[in-house]
Amino acid sequence: MALDKSYLEYSHRSHGMDHDRYDWSMLTDRPKITWPDGKKLALWVNVPLQFFPLDQKGEPFKIQGGMTMPYPDLRHFSLRDYGNRVGIFRFLKAFDKYGVTPTFAMNTQLAKRNPYLLNTITERGNEVMCHGMHMDALHYGGQDKQLETQLVQDSVNQLRELTEQNITGWLSPGRNESENTPELLAANGIEYFCDWVNDDMPYRFKTNKGNLWAMPLSNELDDAFIMLNNLHSEDSYAEQMIDACDFLLKEANHSGGRILSLNIHPWMLGQPHRIGALEQVLEYVMSQDVYSASASDILQAFTSQTTT
Amino acid sequence: MKSDPGFYDYWPYENRPKIRWPGGKKMAFWVAPNIEFYELNPPANPSRKAWPQPYPATQGYSIRDYGNRVGHQRQMDLLDKYGIRGSISLSTALCDHHPEIIQMCKERNWEFFSHGIYNTRYTYGMSEQQERDMIKDSMETIYQHTGQKCAGYLAPALSHSELTLDLFAEVGTELFGNEGGIYTCDLFHDDQPTPIHTRSNKPFVSIPYSLEMNDTIAFVVNKIEPRRYGNMLKKNFDRLYAEADESGTIMCIPTHNYQVSCPHRMKAFEEALDYITSHDDVWVATGKEIADHYLEHYYEQAKTDIAQKNAALGPAATHKGAK
Repeated sequence: MALDKSYLEYSHRSHGMDHDRYDWSMLTDRPKITWPDGKKLALWVNVPLQFFPLDQKGEPFKIQGGMTMPYPDLRHFSLRDYGNRVGIFRFLKAFDKYGVTPTFAMNTQLAKRNPYLLNTITERGNEVMCHGMHMDALHYGGQDKQLETQLVQDSVNQLRELTEQNITGWLSPGRNESENTPELLAANGIEYFCDWVNDDMPYRFKTNKGNLWAMPLSNELDDAFIMLNNLHSEDSYAEQMIDACDFLLKEANHSGGRILSLNIHPWMLGQPHRIGALEQVLEYVMSQDVYSASASDILQAFTSQTTT
Repeated sequence: MKSDPGFYDYWPYENRPKIRWPGGKKMAFWVAPNIEFYELNPPANPSRKAWPQPYPATQGYSIRDYGNRVGHQRQMDLLDKYGIRGSISLSTALCDHHPEIIQMCKERNWEFFSHGIYNTRYTYGMSEQQERDMIKDSMETIYQHTGQKCAGYLAPALSHSELTLDLFAEVGTELFGNEGGIYTCDLFHDDQPTPIHTRSNKPFVSIPYSLEMNDTIAFVVNKIEPRRYGNMLKKNFDRLYAEADESGTIMCIPTHNYQVSCPHRMKAFEEALDYITSHDDVWVATGKEIADHYLEHYYEQAKTDIAQKNAALGPAATHKGAK
């Protein structure tokens, strides 16, 4: 019994990362950032607006939050659709009540299917980023490059037409990528994307079609990760967000501005028994020394102070 | 395959010889940060997949990278604040990838022990020679970069062979004589150190490294809330502290910079460290310091006690230790 000798060869064992996508850099070695008006903490509330097709193919895997029952899985289809009909309107009220500026990550297919919701979002003037075509149109390793090229083009361009916005941000469905996704995003005018979770601040991500910014959208603080994956209670969710807010504010005192990113799903926190937890979090965070802004504005404030 | 690995004999948790730690302290406390490097595109192992998705596994890879980019410094600052020196379970390739982290830990006189080369290279399927080479490489790397003679082992990603502990003990002797390869964190059978049989029969000990208190097990496998984790740590401490009146105990918190150092988890972790270190009768130590003290003062006594108790029970009680 033995493994192939390549299993004990380490071709990337040298300084820095084991790939050339971004440079190795510790957060503490970077310049200190100050948010507009001297604020210490930027609040990025990111709302995925999603369409989960009933006829889910699940290639190459079934996405979390997607269909799990034999076709037709009316239960999960309609539970997710609930977010776009009901939950989102609870969100919008809460944002307005506490003065929060949200960013919406929208599936292009949803924007096509649901003009009322699209109008509601675009009339508010909030930033919309592209969240891919829909929740069963995954980007994944080994995917046919031509198909993915078309998928990115269609998703971004159609959303630009529908929203009449520039669309510079991207969040992959399931936060999954192929080895070509970053190049395809850069080639389609995307400036920042939110799939990688290795930092608490923006950083440069290299592609051979121009560099992107990786924006730090925490998955550990994601409402579905906490309540659907980890099965924590609504009360615990609120505690975790408040503890995170306190910690980042404290760290910002000596390390420069930080970002609290809340990725929240209307089908999750928009439920009647959960919306109170979101309101509690927003009330608490907005009472602190906080800069509430869109992902683009946060990135703009960041890049205006750094060249890294 | 064996029905029992044969590393240790049964030894009930009562009426054992009494342990006291340096300074007469009744309890030893150590924190073991795992500082790991996971590869984005590792070679395939026949028994275990490194990532659930086809390359690139953006999510799994990047949250682990978060530990090195963001989390390490946070946890280190916290351990500094409470006067705790970490005992690092190290993916030793990190000496090459991120020597800046190694340097910071070196400056603080933290301990480095081997956690393999990469946490995406599993022991499964290796020949004896391959596993020996991998272990030797990892121990030599620690020595070259830190000057430390690696004393402890935690197999990469807890992937073992039947020979893992034997090989680690032997390579330790080969490289560093009695100072190398003296303790393992791979076994979870006890709350006190226990002598371990290896085929070289060298003095070798298992040091409790609690899987239950391990943040990744707590947060990822058991999916517990951050504040509950903080409470568990305190309860774990309270009980071991009370029991230490009878004989010295050990508490270990194994951590990961990509878990406990996330913003929503730091507060509860800090509260637990503050609580634990506010007690007087605690020796805050490293894994090697605990192993050294035990081997010098209690190892022989323990072996004798185990042998006597098992001899009194007749032949059925001793078969497991025979190798």
